[in-house]
Amino acid sequence: MTATAPRATAQRTTARGGFPRWRSGRSLRRRDRLATHRWFLTPWLFLAPALTVIVLMVLVPFVNTLQLAFTDSTLLRTGDFVGLDNFRKMFDDERFSTALLNSTLYTVCVVPVMVVLPLMLAALVASTPRLAGFFRTAMYLPVIMSPVVVGLIWTNMLDKQGLVNELAATLHIVSEPFPFLSDRWLLLFSAMFVTVWMGLGYYMVIYLAALVNIDRSLYDAAAVDGAGTIRTFLDVTVPGVRSTMALVALLSSVAAFRVFGEIYVLTDGTGGVGGGDLTMTMLIQREGTGLQARTGYAGAISLVMFVILGGLLLAQLAVQRKQRNS
Amino acid sequence: MSHLDLPRTQTRAPRTGTKAPGPRRRRRILPGTVARYAVLVLMALLLAGPLVWQLSLSLKGAGEPLYDRPPRLIPEHPTFEHFGTVLDRIPVPRYLYNSLLVAVMAVVGNVVGATCAGYALGKLRFRGRGVVTVLVVAALLVPSETVLVSQFLIVREAGLADTLVAVALPTLVAALNVLLMRNAFASLPPEFEEAAVVDGANAWQRFIRVSVPQVKGVMTVVAVFSFVGSWNDFLWPLIVLSDEQNYTLTVGLNRLRGTFYDDPRLIAAGTIIALVPIIAFFAVLQRYFFRGLEAGGLKG
Repeated sequence: MTATAPRATAQRTTARGGFPRWRSGRSLRRRDRLATHRWFLTPWLFLAPALTVIVLMVLVPFVNTLQLAFTDSTLLRTGDFVGLDNFRKMFDDERFSTALLNSTLYTVCVVPVMVVLPLMLAALVASTPRLAGFFRTAMYLPVIMSPVVVGLIWTNMLDKQGLVNELAATLHIVSEPFPFLSDRWLLLFSAMFVTVWMGLGYYMVIYLAALVNIDRSLYDAAAVDGAGTIRTFLDVTVPGVRSTMALVALLSSVAAFRVFGEIYVLTDGTGGVGGGDLTMTMLIQREGTGLQARTGYAGAISLVMFVILGGLLLAQLAVQRKQRNS
Repeated sequence: MSHLDLPRTQTRAPRTGTKAPGPRRRRRILPGTVARYAVLVLMALLLAGPLVWQLSLSLKGAGEPLYDRPPRLIPEHPTFEHFGTVLDRIPVPRYLYNSLLVAVMAVVGNVVGATCAGYALGKLRFRGRGVVTVLVVAALLVPSETVLVSQFLIVREAGLADTLVAVALPTLVAALNVLLMRNAFASLPPEFEEAAVVDGANAWQRFIRVSVPQVKGVMTVVAVFSFVGSWNDFLWPLIVLSDEQNYTLTVGLNRLRGTFYDDPRLIAAGTIIALVPIIAFFAVLQRYFFRGLEAGGLKG
């Protein structure tokens, strides 16, 4: 916990939109200083293991998915080209619209919380220096836990006779236990809560790193002006970490749209009553695996998911660029 | 979680700010200070509460009422028997062993593969360097869910379905780690390598003797995050594995609820068994987690 942070370096990466850009200019200049080697294959030998895995397990499968999406393949049979049939089928598929709705809702609800709450926590933790290390560790703990384990823990907590319902009954808030794990919407919101519970610490640590870079004199000035805690937070802290907020929005929206583990465990793998809690990832997993897998259709769903995630990324980058220019 | 986390160019990041500015630093106890601590304590309760409750549940004796009002935290007749029951009915050691095997493969693959590739991209001059870098960035941008089905088809084609090798394969060398290592090597001052070239060292000797010792910190970060990522992975092993003997811990634990749906004490005991190794791992290697977060914004 030294205060002698290399501020200049940190600002360089955060000030310009939250994450680094590939500085082509610098790497061009750097090329002249790269070391030589005698044998033309040397760099390729260094690259071989990584390239093999990346090409074989990521790039080839991606191209393959592009192809699959326009065929009627199943697991046991290579299908024929069917044009846009899979995408037409999707529009009539109720599970697809459910999954798309759920994943979208998930993103819309989780992201604002993930952007704001960890920042408030980080500001709080940073203002209590003696406990900061402890809280950082404590809040990071759920982050390294498997979604399966977290899902099981919260299954126990949210069950009809779980701790939450027992506490509610003790306080006489309700006469009937909340159906957290059987009602479609309550389950979805419970899963969102679990996601937030798991992710808070991760984003808080990112914010903590960003808070170090805010000019301290701004806080002094705010204090002189008589600004209270909330005013200071809104007028000094928030503008100071704006680019980090954009980064967190990007990371958490992509993560939220891809949600799988928590909701899979909370629904015990069923996707909720009547599949009402399916998400996009769950749908891909169900359609694309097992002996009855319709790999072509699953490929088409994957492609839609890729386009949406790509769209999220581009939208965020556009917003960031606009912020930087204004 | 997110694989879209992009690496930062810096290799050494500032440690997080315990010294970050607080708006006020007066000695008197202000109402604001009280509120601040109250919120923090509440957060700590919300985070630790469920874990403590699991521990309590797992220790409660079989005859003990689970559904007291108000709920009782301290078990009346503490017992360890549920841990025994879980171990008897579910081959947890087997799952642990499988998870460990996959995690070791992931760590070795990522550390060796990403370090070698990172060195080539960050330190060597060759035709095709730009193209390879673009390929790696492209791979970084492909969400794993969207290639799941094709990955499964490839693994199945290769006759690797239901093996632990297949579980490790897609993340054996992650694009993110290659870029992290590339940035680590690229940010090293070139003088060391140049001196080694003058001394007649070949690329391999420079790699092993000169450059690798300077990026050990980043390599540790890569190792730690590869381990946690692999240890917690659920979706892919769920798809690949079918024989119970091959289950990793997450896939095996997923069956806890089905097996013990009637007894939350056993589920709780199972989660505690699963949590102990990863919490110990975190406790020992904590600083690398935070260093990694600051250096790369990556996550396990």
